Amino acid sequence: MVFDLDPTESERLIRITLLTLYMAGCSTTISSLIGIPIGTYLGLRKTRFSLLIKVFTHTLYGLPPVIAGLVVFILLSRAGPLGGLGILFTPTAMILAQVLIITPLIIGLTASAISAVPQMTIDSARTLGARRFNLLKTMLSESRAGIFTAVMIGFGRAISEVGAVIIVGGNIKWHTQVLTTAIVFETQKGNFNYALVLGAILITLALVTSIVLTILQGRYKTGKNGRQIFRLRNGG
Amino acid sequence: MDIELQNVSKNFNGKCALADINLEIAKKRIVAFIGPSGSGKTTLLRIINLLDSPSKGTIYLDARKNEDLTGEERYELRKRMALVFQNPSLFQKTVFENVAYGLRIRNKSTNEIDREVHKSLDLVGLGPLKNQFAPTLSAGEAQRVSFARAIVFKPELLLLDEYTANLDPANVKLLEESVLAYQKETNATIILATHNLFQARRLANEVVFIFDGKIVERGKKDIFFSNPRNPLTRSFLSGELIY
Repeated sequence: MVFDLDPTESERLIRITLLTLYMAGCSTTISSLIGIPIGTYLGLRKTRFSLLIKVFTHTLYGLPPVIAGLVVFILLSRAGPLGGLGILFTPTAMILAQVLIITPLIIGLTASAISAVPQMTIDSARTLGARRFNLLKTMLSESRAGIFTAVMIGFGRAISEVGAVIIVGGNIKWHTQVLTTAIVFETQKGNFNYALVLGAILITLALVTSIVLTILQGRYKTGKNGRQIFRLRNGG
Repeated sequence: MDIELQNVSKNFNGKCALADINLEIAKKRIVAFIGPSGSGKTTLLRIINLLDSPSKGTIYLDARKNEDLTGEERYELRKRMALVFQNPSLFQKTVFENVAYGLRIRNKSTNEIDREVHKSLDLVGLGPLKNQFAPTLSAGEAQRVSFARAIVFKPELLLLDEYTANLDPANVKLLEESVLAYQKETNATIILATHNLFQARRLANEVVFIFDGKIVERGKKDIFFSNPRNPLTRSFLSGELIY
């Protein structure tokens, strides 16, 4: 069991866990920086072009991770257009693959959240004197719960992803191995106990992240007076 | 704010919502648009508020023609008025932040925001709820917040669209008193759209009866209610109009 691990194995476990968190954090941040502005634009625009982009984005929701991994692999391999960067089989390549997978999710869910702001809310803001920039701020604020959900889902997808990162990362021990790929590695070796421990860590990480984000989301949703909504809904 | 409408019409998908509206409203008056649901009252308020443009005709706000307004001028004019909708659409913020919204847009100082928000909330009796999350309020409280949010920046023209519909008598009374108090304090022009004849009688100086997108009759309150000229108006006031 994990408690019997020698110091090197414990160190490896910590490294795998930290790398997993680092990669999921980086890819979610990059995807949010790309996805939220594009999603906002798509949510605001009701043109044929934006509709086309939305349909394309929704199609990418179902993009098999191995395909994303393959694309990034071809791009970064020596013969590929970005081969000169020499980042294949590094965490950077794995982050790139994750970005490719979760950005469409964040774009699509942000667009849906923005489109869901009622017209009456927009009209209220306009009649109170809001102009373009203020309207945009108001719409982002009104849809913040939905945008937060988009980021949470993106993070969840990134932390649990295995297909793409194994292709572009190579599952190299001490270098590109993350929790999911390590589980695959240990299972193949027949080291089920270790694989189970890794699985438990992965689930715990997902759970803790989810709890933290849910608390933050609740705070965003309810403003400074977050607790009040719970009291009221519980009949207090 | 002086308002003049000349031959204003509005169509939605080929259906006429307003037809050839000619109307002048002088400053500092309380005018009630009365008429059954779907008669065009809301459309007229939205056009006056510059939220929608007329399909035909011209609006003059303080003698400025709507067609000649630049984007900036439209915005500046709209900042001088406010519209309260029938269904209060409050932001996902606290009561205080909802009321402060218009002041923040106008870049008022923190002290002024604090002072004015408290004053507006006190007027509608919601001071103690300032930290409550707005979507958790009752319908009556939400409409009071919506009213406080509209008057906090002292608009010269206040447009009220069925703003007490579906509220209990206590809330109706409180909001009506708030309107009168606001008008007394600021001398603002107030236009309210209502199908509540008693409310029009209690609040307005002048009444305009709109039916099927057209102005049927207008007049000073006392004459309008005591001696309506048009048979359609008489029929509406007596409750016999079938629509």
